Amino acid sequence: MNSLPSDLERAFQAKIDNEYKIEPKDWMPAGYRKNLIRQISQHAHSEVIGMQPEGHWITRAPSLRRKAVLLAKVQDEAGHGLYLYSATETMGITRAELIDALQTGQAKYASIFNYPTQTWGDIGTVGWLVDGAAICNQVSLQRTSYGPYARSMIRICKEESFHQRQGYQIMMELAKGTPEQKSMAQDSLNRFYWPSLMMFGPHDSESAHSAKSMKWKIKRETNDDLRQKFIDQTVPQIEFLGLEHPDKDLKWNEERGHYDAGEIDWEEFHNVINGNGHCNRQRISHHVAAHEEGAWVRDAQNAYNAKMKARRAEAA
Amino acid sequence: MLDLKEKTKQYSTRLGDDSLILGHRISEWTSNGPFLEEDIALGNVALDYIGRARMFYTYAADLAGNGKTEDDLAYLRSEREFQNYLINELPRGDFAFTMVRQLFVDVFFSYYLKALTNSNDTELAAIATKSLKETRYHLRRSRDWTLRLGLGTDESKARMTKALAEIWGYVHELFEPDELELELIACGIAVDTREIKDNWFADIGAILSEADLAIPDAEWAVRGGRKGYHTEHLSMLLSVMQSVHRAHPGANW
Ligand SMILES: [Fe+2]
Ligand SMILES: [Fe+2]
Repeated sequence: MNSLPSDLERAFQAKIDNEYKIEPKDWMPAGYRKNLIRQISQHAHSEVIGMQPEGHWITRAPSLRRKAVLLAKVQDEAGHGLYLYSATETMGITRAELIDALQTGQAKYASIFNYPTQTWGDIGTVGWLVDGAAICNQVSLQRTSYGPYARSMIRICKEESFHQRQGYQIMMELAKGTPEQKSMAQDSLNRFYWPSLMMFGPHDSESAHSAKSMKWKIKRETNDDLRQKFIDQTVPQIEFLGLEHPDKDLKWNEERGHYDAGEIDWEEFHNVINGNGHCNRQRISHHVAAHEEGAWVRDAQNAYNAKMKARRAEAA
Repeated sequence: MLDLKEKTKQYSTRLGDDSLILGHRISEWTSNGPFLEEDIALGNVALDYIGRARMFYTYAADLAGNGKTEDDLAYLRSEREFQNYLINELPRGDFAFTMVRQLFVDVFFSYYLKALTNSNDTELAAIATKSLKETRYHLRRSRDWTLRLGLGTDESKARMTKALAEIWGYVHELFEPDELELELIACGIAVDTREIKDNWFADIGAILSEADLAIPDAEWAVRGGRKGYHTEHLSMLLSVMQSVHRAHPGANW
């Protein structure tokens, strides 16, 4: 469609260009709304599905301190899911509809959570690298053009640094621990390093949603720029742990002032997105099972609230 | 004869066991709650219990004075050594089961901890003071849920009735102090649970009747937690909980 922008559209774009936030009651193009619902709900679902691979280790955390910290961390993620569902609801869609879209596969969640957490080391790398990658993205989204989304990002970012720190602390203990612990750390880094680079999405040249999202300032930095930031910040962290870097082609580029990285295995990326990861089916069926098992509780709560309301009306 | 310090250590350890095992069970709700808000709330309760276990264990380890830590007590004792009340180790069951257990335990702790704040042992009293605040919040929740589920739908009422019948037989041992506790009661250190029994029954009776539920007339009673005589569930729980720690002897985490 190449029709000229309407006055509304021009005013909308001007607002964005001048760094004003778009608020729920403001006029917005249908495409902007659709794009945002897709992105925020995907983000919300990621927080919620991400509880599974980490929750998987709460009962086995090897010290009481780690158990408490991990539990608090996973609980934070549930809270993030809540903020983000609320932010999505400001666009006129209900949580029930969003959950349905997740469970029927219409909505996505971060593909990283389709990788299994096999060892305690994975709780370290997930916090360190997966939350670390998410932070790069979320810091940039604090300036996103949609007000409720930007504000939930600001809230979320405050908690995220604790998540990354707890993951890195796990890695530090492992890296300076017994030979078995150290190899647990290295093995986990090897498995999670590349998938965490994939979290930034395809190259900018391949990304279906990038151009529009940048124009509307839904996204503020491109996939490749954010990924570069993450690659650069991770190098000294790996060095400090005394672990081997999984990218054998990694090289400092003096001219760019950045590391040049080896190529990501995009076939694996698409493969996992398309349902061939270890846990794709498991994550959704777990979510469906918990949701269905909880139906009678939600029904009871609704029935109880209705009864109390009727009782109050009678008394009045 | 054991000296007072040794007895207090054992007492603090079993209080740690109660909290750790129940906290573990509640933590199993992570990502399994009926809705997200409830996942968060249950996570809070689990965290409170794990925090409480850490305080009791740390104190017990201090009293032992042999360089052992809270983690040695949590991870390196076997099912015969754990002395938690049986009610805490029962599998989480459905949401009704979890809430009935919470109601029983929360009412129990609301009296127990209050009494413990008056303990002659100032450290136990301090832990009790901190924990009592949490328990008041827990009890508000479990009471509210008991009302919602008791008065909600036919199904929720049926599930609550079933849960009550399944758990009832485990409450009796809560009010039967063993020899160790009797000695510590005599020293003004431990709580005499016989003295909170009437209040417990009265409160539970009142909450259940408000929720249109009833105390089951079950005759059976199972005992043994304080002696390390556990249900089959505890060894499975410990196998899971201790697996990583025990696979790497002496490691730091
Ligand atoms: Fe998060
Ligand atoms: Fe996080």
